[in-house]
Amino acid sequence: MIENQIPRLLPLGDAAWTVEFGEAIDPALHARVMGFARALERAALPAVIESVPTFRSCTVHFDPLAENADALGARLLEIAASAPAAALAGRRWRIPVLFGGAAGPDLAALAQHAGLSEAAVVARLTAAPFRVYMLGFMPGFPYMGGLPAELAMPRLATPRLSVPARSLAVTGELCAIYPVASPGGWRLLGRTPLELFDPADAAAPALFAPGDEVMWQAIDAAEFARLEREPIDRARFLVAPEAPWPA
Amino acid sequence: MAGLIEVLDGGLGVTLQDGGRPGYRRYGIALSGALDPVWLACANALVGNPPGAAALELRLSGPRLRVASGRVRVALAGAADIAVSGRPTFSPWQSLTLEEGEELRVGTVRGGIAYLAVAGGIDTPPLLGSRATHLRAGLGGVAGRALAAGDRLPVGEGEIEGGERRQSAFAHEDGPIRLLPGPQDDHFTPPARRALVEQAFAVSRDADRMGLRLEGPPLAHEDRFGDEIPASRRAAPRDAGAPSGGSEATRAWGSFVSDGVAPGALQVPPDGQPILLLADCQTVGGYPKIATAIRADLPRLAHLLPGARLRFAYVGREEAAAALRAQQARLAAWIEGIAPCVPAGGVDEAALYSANLISGALYSEEP
Repeated sequence: MIENQIPRLLPLGDAAWTVEFGEAIDPALHARVMGFARALERAALPAVIESVPTFRSCTVHFDPLAENADALGARLLEIAASAPAAALAGRRWRIPVLFGGAAGPDLAALAQHAGLSEAAVVARLTAAPFRVYMLGFMPGFPYMGGLPAELAMPRLATPRLSVPARSLAVTGELCAIYPVASPGGWRLLGRTPLELFDPADAAAPALFAPGDEVMWQAIDAAEFARLEREPIDRARFLVAPEAPWPA
Repeated sequence: MAGLIEVLDGGLGVTLQDGGRPGYRRYGIALSGALDPVWLACANALVGNPPGAAALELRLSGPRLRVASGRVRVALAGAADIAVSGRPTFSPWQSLTLEEGEELRVGTVRGGIAYLAVAGGIDTPPLLGSRATHLRAGLGGVAGRALAAGDRLPVGEGEIEGGERRQSAFAHEDGPIRLLPGPQDDHFTPPARRALVEQAFAVSRDADRMGLRLEGPPLAHEDRFGDEIPASRRAAPRDAGAPSGGSEATRAWGSFVSDGVAPGALQVPPDGQPILLLADCQTVGGYPKIATAIRADLPRLAHLLPGARLRFAYVGREEAAAALRAQQARLAAWIEGIAPCVPAGGVDEAALYSANLISGALYSEEP
């Protein structure tokens, strides 16, 4: 039972602890990670520099000159044991995406792989929210869970040398958006007109944060072009915490 | 802006670095910053700066710079030939004040790394609280890239009155790189854990600010799932940072669901050849980490060039903490020992100062 696994304290050198809640990619497990991250923030421990939630653990970087590492580790385990799981730990987004065509060159192949029409694949992608498990690999790259198992497909055998910025991509049961152009082997299904990464914004350099939920909204090429030109007010794409997801 | 430096030649592998960019790793933004923060602090101290002020990190060959405006005081921590147009030879580990129009040229860097600091620090606009360059992401520094001809570096307000100052080279400790086991030492066979500290490793040509790929005895992962090792997993993936994901990653031999990483971590891909992560490393990674180098030994990793051999040793947490405190104390004592340069044919003031330091009389805290 993921819910009952006792958190483990793993040493990542003398300046970081990893508090591990399990070994899988699972929403209930991640809810515990985010519950811990939230409680840690509230505890405001002076030696802690920053924390990095992942799929299944939270790494806590600290100043080893500021506090005894063992004492801090014990405190982290106490917080982990008492923090309630946070089912929704972040904000909710509804993000426009242009699927298929030049924006999503792998949509046809994925549809064929799944034995579905392209429209049926898009319908499944836009039917339920995805959960942002963690950011990594490159600045602002969100690893999101929630891809229906029937859409699972392995990575490309030979990664593309350059994936266009803002491409929506999937592999296995994960989904992501490449924040900037980069090499990549995930399957490209569409593209969003929104910038997801703005390093000049110190408060939120990445649009998504671990714990956020994201629902994709299919748009057409004309809407994509219009949104791409517009200055974007990010708040426009937020969904209120208690509100139902718009159809 | 107190001065302006024009870059005539960017050199090779020269980046702007400071104490790093903490606080944004949850957004996938690397820590970055100086690979050897101790030498960065030394270079800065020679020109009167705080330890983490932004300076140039030199790896292969140094830049050629011209003072476009103002007076600029510089100092180099490291080993390289330094020439200033129309002046006698200038040595590292001492400050030098350049007049407007003067040119400074730093040659080949010996020993893997050097820092060129300027009084007042290099005052480019900070990004997310830091001026450090992260080359892979194109963030920070000068347009997110290595220094290039034509770049203009604004210099902050610094103290450039008073005589030049010097100190002997700061020597790092030697001996094996000290490791704490974990976070995933239990993913490896007992012989692999022993081989890590019993045998030597060499730095391969895959070495940059993100990490050093090492060559040595293959470190075998425990067969955690009872599977045969698939042939496809025996070859080392070239891009250790490629996103791993999905259920395939939870079951793949020698791979697992990503978790947090840090500079110093020794991550081991399925081929068993470890990668020692450095300041520009990613924030999370999909390979188990057999051990992590202690903070006090990270600066030494910056000096390892391809072909260098290194050994590891396990230590306890107490020893790691003591090593870091000792390093801080050595750095503080080194900075205390910075002394005025000897004018040609003049009195050796430095010797007098250090003699006084030993007696404790000159800088005594007592009233």
